[in-house]
Amino acid sequence: MSVSVERTQDFLDTVCRIADEVAAPSAEEVDREARFPAETIDALRSAGALSAPVPTELGGAGVPLPALAAACFQLGRRCGSSAMVFAMHQIQLVTIVRHLDGAPWYEEYLRRVAEQQRLIASATSEVGTGGDMSRSIAAVTPAADGGLSFEKQAPTVSYGAHADDLFVTLRRAPEAEESDQVVAMVDQAHTQLEQTSTWDPLGMRGTCSPGFIVRATLTGEQILPAPFPKVMAESMVPLSHILWSQLWLGIATDAFDRARAFVRAQAKQRPGQTPPAAARLSQVMSELSLLRAEVSSALSEFEELSEEPGRERLGTMAAALRFNNLKIAASEQAPRVCQGALGVCGIVGFKNDTPYSVGRHLRDTMSACLMIANERIHQTNASLLLIAKDV
Amino acid sequence: MTDEIREIISSHGRLPIDVDTLTPDADLYQAGLSSHASVNVMLALEDHFDIEFPDHMLTSSAFESIAAIEAAVSTLRAGATSS
Repeated sequence: MSVSVERTQDFLDTVCRIADEVAAPSAEEVDREARFPAETIDALRSAGALSAPVPTELGGAGVPLPALAAACFQLGRRCGSSAMVFAMHQIQLVTIVRHLDGAPWYEEYLRRVAEQQRLIASATSEVGTGGDMSRSIAAVTPAADGGLSFEKQAPTVSYGAHADDLFVTLRRAPEAEESDQVVAMVDQAHTQLEQTSTWDPLGMRGTCSPGFIVRATLTGEQILPAPFPKVMAESMVPLSHILWSQLWLGIATDAFDRARAFVRAQAKQRPGQTPPAAARLSQVMSELSLLRAEVSSALSEFEELSEEPGRERLGTMAAALRFNNLKIAASEQAPRVCQGALGVCGIVGFKNDTPYSVGRHLRDTMSACLMIANERIHQTNASLLLIAKDV
Repeated sequence: MTDEIREIISSHGRLPIDVDTLTPDADLYQAGLSSHASVNVMLALEDHFDIEFPDHMLTSSAFESIAAIEAAVSTLRAGATSS
């Protein structure tokens, strides 16, 4: 076994162990109290898992995307909120790795992520843009001391209060158009977060995602030099959809596993008879297999397109449609599977304190269609479909 | 052809500035071209020049400047004439 294969396997074994031993036992409390899953993130941090995709020459483990995807899936099976925090952090990190282009500040930053296991949150949405990520209002603004600053009204910043750094989308300059964007990394020491709303949601409660006014100071080097439209099209958008859908699949898989455990328990009580709920379980399994097929094929296609020189095809409208479709399909299918599992388990699934409870799974996956609202994605797709041909 | 392209961007690009102030290499997205408006520009270009942009050309970089659009349209028209 090569060193890199071994490192990847170590990473996955570690994440699976943390998912089982740390995330699973605390998931209920994290959900009930809508609190940050600190013990799980601390365990991932201690294991060095936060810097997994950072190249080895910069101090990371150089773990490839499919292993990160598997890690999101495994965490999702045990605690949806922990998985979402991990996924969102990795989306920012992998985006930087893919668009590093030798930028010295970002190379040094990746070294620091590896050394200090820094947790990265993101502030991409903004009050006043109607959920359109391709526009920004807050602008990189020259400050009196010769540095730069900005103030951004963010309607949700997941685990913003618990992160070490924030990756923020902004207008390039005060006079720049809303579509002329950049993305910058700022650290908490130079950032002031003013919380503007509460966090008592239906699901994904442990992500702690209230609104904030983000005020920060930075230097020009902290702006990622790679062209923003490329960063979005080739990495940030498809990676978000891919890693999110992996953890939604993880949550749905655990709901299915609970339903299966319920049916098996019934079968043991009446040997020789197939329980009535078994047929329903079979239906849920077929729904789950559809979800799994979509999630895994999207990952393979993304890997294939990423390996092409210049990643040209990832910049096409056909690719944008492909990964938008993943988001829509997975975000609708995951709660469908969880609801099916609830139908199998009946009242013991509906109750929050049985081994077959699937309420949290259902509530967590119901957030999926809101994270970049499906309605907004359909609008984008509708526009792209006017011109794209081979989709 | 440049004038026709400028005319189309002016009518369909919804730019906040006058298209005539842009140099051929100016970045249209920095000039305020939204992704939605860029689709309308592409549709108008297809209609006007009687061409169809194949999927591999439908990238934001192919439409990032007037010069890039001109190059893309020229390529397609040359292909149409030679076939």
